[in-house]
Amino acid sequence: MLEIDLGHYLAVAAILFTLGVFGIFVNRKNVIILLMSIELLLLAVNINFVAFSAHLGDLSGQVFAMFILTVAAAEAAVGLAILVVFFRNRGDISVDHVNMMKG
Amino acid sequence: MLQAAAFYVLSAVAILSAFMVVSARNPVRSVLFLILAFFSAAGLFVLLGAEFLAMILVIVYVGAVAVLFLFVVMMLDIDFAALRQGFLSYLPLGGLVALIMAIELAMIGSLWVSAETAQFALRSPTPEGVSNIEALGAILYDDYVLFFQLAGLVLLVAMVGAIVLTLRHRQGTKRQDVGRQVRRTREESVEVVDIKSGEGIG
Repeated sequence: MLEIDLGHYLAVAAILFTLGVFGIFVNRKNVIILLMSIELLLLAVNINFVAFSAHLGDLSGQVFAMFILTVAAAEAAVGLAILVVFFRNRGDISVDHVNMMKG
Repeated sequence: MLQAAAFYVLSAVAILSAFMVVSARNPVRSVLFLILAFFSAAGLFVLLGAEFLAMILVIVYVGAVAVLFLFVVMMLDIDFAALRQGFLSYLPLGGLVALIMAIELAMIGSLWVSAETAQFALRSPTPEGVSNIEALGAILYDDYVLFFQLAGLVLLVAMVGAIVLTLRHRQGTKRQDVGRQVRRTREESVEVVDIKSGEGIG
């Protein structure tokens, strides 16, 4: 119990990942919280990468986690930009009407 | 002992704030809990010995992404009560999916074993006696330099994309159009008028 090893970190990451999936399913109308749930998923993946990197003594896991961080930041920026445009055109951000953006 | 206590506190805070992110009534609170979750995750990274990544997490997420979220949440005038309406009706399905996912992850977690050859297949072993940042920098600029540049390209594309998406041309504002200025010819802009003395233009 007092010895923290790889399994503990994997458990935390698994719980965070599950919470992120739960958030995506529950907040289906609110795109902002959907984006935040995706950030939680990516955070859980990052914890896995870093935990395995520390466990195996291999630094490439941390490098990969950094690239995930980059992509997550880019995704958040573009997602929020799309959200702002969508709000400007419609006046709300409900996902139910997102298909009006096609074409 | 101290490490274990720090681990349990940090992970408990991370999990609780992650739960608050997905269940908070007010999205502003969700963003604040997201910041807390990322702070705790940064603490976990420090415990794991990934100090550079922890600092990056704090700078990028707390400093940039969370502020971006907060900015959008506060800028858009959204009826949050209407957005929460489906919450209870989606709860059973979401809970079921989360439960299935948790069971699957627990099965994987209890069954996997590390390959015996894993320690010989290390891509870039952690060097001894070198700080985390130094070791990471050496790898990043030697083995992964192409990917590093590509990551920069991804950020550039995201930046240009975000600007193009949100740029709005307002009608009726005066702005400089360099192309039109350069295209102007003498014929369309200068008119030679022969004015008779004492009459003016008229």
